[in-house]
Amino acid sequence: MRVAVQSLPFDVGAEVSAFTAAVRGAGAVVSFTGLVRDEGGTLSGMEIEHYPGMTEKAIRGIAEAAVSRWSLVDVLVIHRHGKLAPGEAIMMVATAAPHRADAFAAAEFLMDYLKSRAPFWKKALGAGGEAWVAAKDADEDALKRW
Amino acid sequence: MIDVLYFAWVRERIGLPRERLETSAATVADLIAELRAREARYAAAFADLSSLRVALDQELASFDAPLAGVREVAFFPPMTGG
Repeated sequence: MRVAVQSLPFDVGAEVSAFTAAVRGAGAVVSFTGLVRDEGGTLSGMEIEHYPGMTEKAIRGIAEAAVSRWSLVDVLVIHRHGKLAPGEAIMMVATAAPHRADAFAAAEFLMDYLKSRAPFWKKALGAGGEAWVAAKDADEDALKRW
Repeated sequence: MIDVLYFAWVRERIGLPRERLETSAATVADLIAELRAREARYAAAFADLSSLRVALDQELASFDAPLAGVREVAFFPPMTGG
């Protein structure tokens, strides 16, 4: 399991390749990458604040919950903070499992929990100013399926 | 003494990221009542608890959680990761 919280960009392709090359006994690797949207050109970027210390612990806890729930060989979570431009990768998860159902389910579980249980806060930066992105009820509801 | 941390708009509204406080508050709710009474900017930040979350020593907690033995309290809006 690897959890990285960083301001620097990461290379999604290189991360997935390295993750895939290192897993033993897996039959499936699923990866998800979250990008900064430009919202039809109205957004100039995103600033992501986090809670150093708690962030790493919370993500590790979520990843451990996934490992205990599904048959997984490995889990990778990378999440950035700081200022990001539209199109840049904010975060990624990758899961490796003997079978794809576990890899897909665990990746979705990780995403649902990272959205509302990992201490990150997004601020949208645009021509008209800046605004904190509000959490959606749907994000909280998404946790109920697990 | 307890370290109190603020994030996102809570930090902006109060105007500082963290402070060390002397408090006799028994619970998070008691601490919030103390903070609200200090100054208008605190009252504004803590006006609507439904839009706030709290962590005690970096673990999410509820507003009625006790503060005994807690070293770090953090207040922030609902998280928007991912």
